[in-house]
Formats: sequence, C-alpha cells, structure tokens
Amino acid sequence: MSVLVGYNTRLVVTGMSGSAGAFHAKQMVEYGTNVVAGVTPGKGGAKVAGLEQVPMFDTVEEAVCHRGANAAVVYVPPPFAADSILECAAAGIPLVVAITEGIPVRDMVRVKYVLERDYKDTVLIGPNCPGVITPGQCKIGIMPGYIHKAGGVGVVSRSGTLTYEIVHQLTALGLGQSTAIGIGGDPVKGTDFIDALKWFNEDPSTSSIFMIGEIGGDSEERAAQFIKDNVKKPVGAFIGGQTAPPGKRMGHAGAIISGGKGAASDKIAALKEAGISVSPTPAEMGTTLAKLLA
Amino acid sequence: MKIHEYQGKQLFQKYGVPVPIGIPAMSAEDAIAAIPKVQQQAGTDVVVVKAQIHAGGRGKGGGVKVAKTKADAEAAVKQIFGMQLVTHQTGPEGKKVQRLLVEQGLAIDHEYYLGMLLDRATGRVTVMASTEGGMDIEEVAAKHPEKILKEAIDPATGWQPWQGRKLAKALGLAGAQATSFAKFMGPLVRCYDEMDCSLLEINPLITTKDGKVLALDAKINFDDNALYRHPELEEWRDPNEEDAAELEAKKYDLSYIQLDGNIGCMVNGAGLAMSTMDIINYYGGSPANFLDVGGGATAEKVTAAFKIITHSPAVKAIFVNIFGGIMKCDTIAAGVIQAVKEVGLKVPLVVRLEGTNVELGKKMLAESKLNIVAAADMADGARKVVEAAKGAK
Repeated sequence: MSVLVGYNTRLVVTGMSGSAGAFHAKQMVEYGTNVVAGVTPGKGGAKVAGLEQVPMFDTVEEAVCHRGANAAVVYVPPPFAADSILECAAAGIPLVVAITEGIPVRDMVRVKYVLERDYKDTVLIGPNCPGVITPGQCKIGIMPGYIHKAGGVGVVSRSGTLTYEIVHQLTALGLGQSTAIGIGGDPVKGTDFIDALKWFNEDPSTSSIFMIGEIGGDSEERAAQFIKDNVKKPVGAFIGGQTAPPGKRMGHAGAIISGGKGAASDKIAALKEAGISVSPTPAEMGTTLAKLLA
Repeated sequence: MKIHEYQGKQLFQKYGVPVPIGIPAMSAEDAIAAIPKVQQQAGTDVVVVKAQIHAGGRGKGGGVKVAKTKADAEAAVKQIFGMQLVTHQTGPEGKKVQRLLVEQGLAIDHEYYLGMLLDRATGRVTVMASTEGGMDIEEVAAKHPEKILKEAIDPATGWQPWQGRKLAKALGLAGAQATSFAKFMGPLVRCYDEMDCSLLEINPLITTKDGKVLALDAKINFDDNALYRHPELEEWRDPNEEDAAELEAKKYDLSYIQLDGNIGCMVNGAGLAMSTMDIINYYGGSPANFLDVGGGATAEKVTAAFKIITHSPAVKAIFVNIFGGIMKCDTIAAGVIQAVKEVGLKVPLVVRLEGTNVELGKKMLAESKLNIVAAADMADGARKVVEAAKGAK
C-alpha cells in the first residue's frame, strides 16, 4: 500500500523525445517504473534512443487506448505545458505529474479552473515539482531514486532539493518512506498540503508524516489547522526561508513574502500551535521526526 | 519584472484606462521643457513633479512635489532630479532619481485604493478596493480588513460589468463617478490579464468633482515566467533599478539575490538555497547572497555562479551546498575547479556534496589540491563556514 503510485501504475511520458523527457524516462525505467508510452506531437511511431521498447504516440488519448496508461508525467517546455496537462486530463488520466518549471501563472489559473470544473477525478501534482515516488515500486519525476527506502513515513514538500534532503536523512536513520510527494514551488498548483495530508492520514501503510513548507502564501497555516482537526499520526515539519527578506522572490515563483503575508515565523507558529514538531534547521529534519517516533 | 509609474501609465493609456496628462523626462532639461507643454495641454498651471524610481513611498521621501506656477515646478525639477531619494523600500542609502514624470495637477474629490493580484487560496485573480486611498494599504489591511473590498475574476467569463457596478456602490460612488468607475475597470482587468501582470496597484485612484475616475499612480509587476509572450517589455527594463550581479546572473539563467552578509552561497534548488541561508544564520553567520544554480546546470554555469559570488568584496567565505539529483556532484566539482583556476580563491571555501555521483565529485575536489574544507553534512558545513568567515579579516 501507498498513495498515488505503486506496482499498478502505467505511466505515459509527455515530451519524451525532448532531452529532459528522454533522460528522465530512462531513469524511471531503470528504477522499475512501468513506462508504457511516450507522447510527442508529430513523433507517433518514432523511436527514442535508449527507450526503443516504449512506443511513441502523437496524442495522450492513443497512449490510454493502446497502452492503458493510468498516470502521466509532463516534461514539455513552459509555453506548451498547460496544453499538455489539459490533454492528459481530457484523455481521462487520473494522475498527472507536471515537472515543468516556469509555466505562466495565467496559464495555471485557467488549468486549475478547468480541472476543478470538468475533471474532478484528475489529480494534478505540480507544476514545478520533483514528482512522486513510492520507494521500490514506482518513481515518477526527477528525484534520485537510490536515496529512498520503503517504509512508513509520508513526505510532502514544496521544495525539490529539500525533499531529497529529508528522504536522505530519514533513510540514513533507517526510516523508510511510504510515498514522497513534491507538490512544487508555484503559487497556483494542483495538489496542496491538505490533499496529501488527507491521503497519508487514510493510508494504512503510512505511520507518520513529514511536511516541508516555505515562505509565501498561507497553505502551511491551513495545513496546520487541518492536521490539528484531523490527523492522528505523528507529524514533523520544516519551513524554509526563515531569514528571507520581504519582497524578494526566492527562486520559486511562489516563495515571496509580500503584503506582510507568508513569513516563515507565522507558519512555524501555526504548526507549533497545532502540536507539530518543527525542525529548527534543515539539517535536523530527520532527527526531529525520529525523536517523535522514539 | 517591475516597471516605472510612467511606463505603467503608458500601458494604461494603450488599454483606454484614464490617466492624467503627463510627460516623462530622462533629464532635468527635458523635464523643464515639459512643464509648459503639460500646462498647455491640461489647461491649468498646476503640475506635479514625480520622481520615477521602482520603490514605493516616494511622496513621503520628498520625491513628489505639487507646483502652482512654472517657476515652482522648475524649482521642484531641480530639487528632485539627481537627488538620493530615501523611502521605506529603498534602504538607508536611497536611490538616485534619474527619471521624472511631469503631470497635470487635478482637483481631487476623493482618493481610493485599487489593487489586483492572484489570490492563492482560490487560484483566481482578485480585485481589491478601498476607500482608504493614498494610505499604506498594508496597514489598512492589518487594522481594518473590513475596509478592503474583494471581487474575484472568473477565469471563464473574465471581469463582468456588474462587478464594477457592485464595487462602485460599495465604495460609496454615485452618479457619473459610479458610471466612470465601472467603465474604468473593464480595460484595467483586460490589461492585467493580457499583459500577464503579477501585481497591479493604483494608489491612489481618484475621482474628480466633474465625475471622472483616473489612475493617479500605476504600479505594475509582470510575471517573469510569461515575459516570453511580451518581448516588447525588454525595452522598459531600467538597468539602474537592477543589481549588477543579479543582471549578470540572469544572463546565465541563475537565480541570484544580493544580501547584506559576508558568506557567499552556491546551492542547487530554491528550497535548499533558502534553507542554507537559514542555517548559516542559525549558526551565527550572515549570508551574502541567495543563489540557486538550478537543477540541470552545466560546469560553465557553475563557473559563472562562482565568479559572481567571488566578485563581491563583502564575501569572506564561501559555502557550496549541493544535493545532487539531476545535478551531478562531479559537474559541480568541475565547475568549481574551473572557476578557481580562472579567478583564484582568496577566501575559505567550504563544500558539502551529497547525492548523484558524490564519490566522483569528492575525488575530483581532493585531487585538484585546492584549499577546500570538506563538510560531512549541511550542519557541519554551516558551522565551518561561519567559523571561517569570522576568522577572515
């Protein structure tokens, strides 16, 4: 058991003939992910070097019809990414993981609107995220697979490299992960903390949760309230950007303190108030959770 | 990307959003020549001379002057042009005024606040309006949240005229002013949407006794991710408003922000880069920058990043903190070695490598015989670099 992905996942890679798509498709195959199709418009029937066993199609719909794809990962460049996400949703794919960084906010506002209106059963992870992994079963995204270990910690994070950091720390401490979900650093995204927390809370193979937030917006505050009201499992957390200056966008489009909102101190206070253990530094995330489980 | 008030008003004009008559000037001479032209076009002697810098709070800092005569206006131009304008957003050193806007003076009936931005909780662009115009809106939001009216824009239908009428009513507008306000909103929202704005603020928006509604100010930010759709905006970039190191970093597609401390940082990933700043502070140090080299950086990019960091005389020690995912540790090592070969290494360098190809990366650094302090993990690296920066003079 796990959330979102596992042995039954049949993945289609959109943008597979591009350099990022091809590179990561190979990595995913190597990890053991069941990559059943690739899609690049105009490249139907073609072969991608090193991925000759994976059939290419022009449309996502064909990948669903002919190969039974039930999950998609989007690697297409920003100007075409919104289109690709919606194509996956329209083809009936229940899980779409958008890795692409740099999609305009205006595009994502429309994508989110259409998903909520017409494709309520489609789960979007990202964009601008590292992806989703259930260790030992299925990896969708760009994370280094070898740092993971199967186990009971559910990880949800707004930052890619900090996800690697916590997973690495947990694995070193002997704490495996049920599923690790990178929800991405953009202001408008699909899955947010509360969705992921809900899945982990209901998943029998997840016994504890670690969440990594960062400055900007108020989704950590809302997550804290949700945990307080609903989650019975132990939860550890870390918030990045405690010393970031206001008004400066810290790399991620969503990571900015503006209008007096989104400061790390407010988020940490809300998490602590909800009874969550907050790691003081990014180096102590693993040990913070370990202490909670001891 | 940010632009100047006068540029924002030119954009408004293009969309049919009413603004006062005004002429921008890049020199004091041009500004003085603009005074009689504005007076003549507007049919009034009253003009306003406004400093054009990106920071807010210009009025309080003495960067905006109302003049009733041509002589007063000329005096205002001479006073403001070239001044070091200090506002709560510029920092204590202020910002040199190199552009002015000479604008018609208007008989204001009332001032309002109008803003547009994305509401992350709903995923929709939202219009905010308040009768407390001209004030610090963040203060109003904190003390009197009920005085800020909000109206979300439906992504399918866009802004609807009834929403304009509703807001006008809520702001207490009636008659011609209410009609003008409702008419004002349509093109304004179209401007925000079509131009991929990320923030649009008019503070103040004004009404006049004869029923007009005008944007007396214009603060516009654009979504950096959407700039490829608006290549014409490049022309509006003002290099004087941007940090030289940040501009250099942009050339290499690096995400770099200058800070006040003395520890240079090179990190992969925005979250880890932010957290690296945090942990340096935690151990008593102070970062000189935020720098995310990104996921797929090449050795050339790493070399460029390293050069930007070492270029700053404030930097007394450097911390390279890498968790290689897509980014391979040997690429980082190659980039660092190349950079040191090219520009030398005058300050202590602490390197923490983890992730893909970590052993190869460490081996390359060891064999390079560079004076590098290896860190076992992030905390160890942060402690060592803080120590090194303190030791350096």
